[in-house]
Amino acid sequence: MARKLRTRKHRVVLNRSRGGDVGIAIFLILMGAFLFLPMLYTILQSLKPLDELWMFPPRFYVISPTLKNFKDLYMLMSDSWVPFSRYIFNTVFISVAGTVGNLLFSSMCAYALAKIKFPGSKGIFKLIVASLMFHTTVSAIANYITLSTLRWIDTYLAIIIPAWGSTLGLYLMKQFMESSVNNAVLESARIDGAGEWRTFWTIAMPMVKPAWLTLIVYSFQHLWNAGTSIYIQSEQLKSFNYAVTQLVNDGISRQGASAASTVIMMMVPILVFVITQSNIIETMGSSGMKD
Amino acid sequence: MSANSAAAKPKKAVSRHEMSKFKWTLKEIKRNRAAYAMIAPFVLIFFIFTVLPVIVSIVLSFTDFNMLQTPHIVGVDNYITLFLDDDVFLIAVKNTFIFAAIVGPASYLISFISAWFINELPPKIRALVTLIFYSPSISGGAYLMWKIVFSGDSYGYANAILIDLGIISMPIQWFENADYVMPLCIVVALWTSLGTAFLSFIAGFQGVDHSLYEAGAVDGIKNRWQELWYVTLPTMRPQLMFGAIMSITQSFGFGAVVTALAGFPSVDYAAHTIMHHLDDYGSTRWEVGYASAIATVLFVIMYGANALVKKFLSKVGS
Repeated sequence: MARKLRTRKHRVVLNRSRGGDVGIAIFLILMGAFLFLPMLYTILQSLKPLDELWMFPPRFYVISPTLKNFKDLYMLMSDSWVPFSRYIFNTVFISVAGTVGNLLFSSMCAYALAKIKFPGSKGIFKLIVASLMFHTTVSAIANYITLSTLRWIDTYLAIIIPAWGSTLGLYLMKQFMESSVNNAVLESARIDGAGEWRTFWTIAMPMVKPAWLTLIVYSFQHLWNAGTSIYIQSEQLKSFNYAVTQLVNDGISRQGASAASTVIMMMVPILVFVITQSNIIETMGSSGMKD
Repeated sequence: MSANSAAAKPKKAVSRHEMSKFKWTLKEIKRNRAAYAMIAPFVLIFFIFTVLPVIVSIVLSFTDFNMLQTPHIVGVDNYITLFLDDDVFLIAVKNTFIFAAIVGPASYLISFISAWFINELPPKIRALVTLIFYSPSISGGAYLMWKIVFSGDSYGYANAILIDLGIISMPIQWFENADYVMPLCIVVALWTSLGTAFLSFIAGFQGVDHSLYEAGAVDGIKNRWQELWYVTLPTMRPQLMFGAIMSITQSFGFGAVVTALAGFPSVDYAAHTIMHHLDDYGSTRWEVGYASAIATVLFVIMYGANALVKKFLSKVGS
C-alpha cells in the first residue's frame, strides 16, 4: 500500500512525458526483437519437420511442429563412437567439481578479505581486481606449460583446478559480504568465543546466500558452456558442448538435430537463471567498484 | 615454537608505537593466522593459474622456446618480427582494435540504456524483460543460429528475404565475403554481449534510494534525463566502473565466437584478431616464444584500455 502510494507520487511529481514513454517502449521492443527472435528461431527450427527445414523461401514459424529432431538427436548420440552419456558425464562432473571448489575457496577468501584486517589483504584484493581486466585467453599457453609440468594435461584436473581460482565469483562475494554482513554481529560472535572459522561458517555464510547462489550460477554457466580445450586431447574426456558442435558441423542434413541440441544446451543455463534471478540481482547490487 | 609464543605473550599489551613497523607486522601476521589459512587455497591457485602465466609469458617472449628444445634468449627479436615483419599480425591488431572499439562501448551503452529503460517498467514485467535481454549471453552455442540465418545459399533467411524483395539476385556468401564477415561478427558479438555489466546496471538502478528522486524533484528536476544525470548517475558510479571493466574485458574475448562463425583463418584475414594470431602460433605451431610476445602485447592492450577507461570514469562527476 505504502509502496503503491509512493510510486504514484513519484510519477506525478516527476512528470514523466508521454513522448519519453513511447520512445522507451520503441527502444525496448526493437532491442528485445533483436535479442529474442534468434532464440525463438532456434526453438522453432528444432520443431520443424524435414520438409519445412528445406522449404523455399524459408519460413520463420513452424506449421506442423514435431519432436522428431530430438528423437534423431538421440539416435545420432547412441551411434557415436564415444557414448554420448560419457560426454554428458564429463560436462556434469567438471561443472559440479569445479563449482564446489570455487564456491568453498572463494567464500573463505572473500570472508577473510572483507571482514578481517590483516597485512597484505589490500594488495591481494588489488591483484584480484586487476585480473578482472584481462581475458583468460592470454594465459592459455603459459598455463599449458604449467599443467604439463604438473602432468595434468588430458585429465579432468586441467579444467577443474584452474576453475577453483576464478576471480569474478570471489569479487562479487567479497563485495556482497562487505555490504551486507553486519560487523557488529561478527564482533559479538567473536566476543562469545567463536573463532574466525566458526564465525565464517555459522554466521557469515548463511547471511550471503544470494552471493553464493550467484557464484554457483556463474561458475556453472562457464563450465557448462565450455567447448574444446587445448588441455584435453582424449575423445573420452571431451565436453558435451564439444560433441554437440561436432554434430552441428558434421553436415547440413543434420540441421534439425543440431537445432534440437542447441535448444537443450541453452535451456539449462536459462532455467538456472530463471530460478536464481532475484538473488543474482541482489548480489549485483553490491558489485560496484569503489576505485 | 612454544617458547617463542610464551615470550610473545606478555608483549600483547604493547601498543603499535612502541615497536618497529616490521615487528608489528610480524605480530599482526601471527595474530591473523586464521585469515591467512582462509585465503591460502584460493590465493595459491590464483597465483599459479592467473598471476604466474603473465610472468611466464613476459619472460618467454624474450626467448625462442618451442616446447621441445631448450629455449635461447633472443632479446627483443620476437617483438621486432611481430611489428616489422609479420603483416598478418598488423591486420590482427587493426581488427582487434576495430572490434573492441565498437563492441566494448556499444555493448556498454546498450547495457546501460536497456537497464535504465527496463527500470521504468513494473516489477513483474521487468523480471521477464531482463531475462529476455540477458539470455543470449548465457545460451552457449545459440549464436551459431546466426550462421543458419546468414547461410550462404538461398535457404538462408537473410538471402531469401533480400532475394524476395528484389534487392539482390544471387545469394550472398556472407561469412566468406571479406566485406561482410567483420560487421556480421560484430553484430553477433553484440547479440551475446548483454552479460554481467547489464545485470550490474539493472541492480544499480534498482538500488537507487527513492527518496533521492523525491528530493531531486523538490530541487527542480523536471524530466527523466535530468533525473538520470543529476541523481542516478552519481549514485551508480561504482557500478559504471565495474560494468566498464566487464565490457572491455569481454570485448577482447570474442575470438571463439569469430572462429565459429567465420572459420579459421577467416577469408583474407578479414576477421583475424590478435586472439587468433595467438592461438595459431601458440597451440597450432607451438612457437611458444613468439606466441608469448603476442600474449604480452595483448595483455598490455587490455590492461591499458581498462586503466584508461577507469581513469576517465573516476573523473566523471567529480
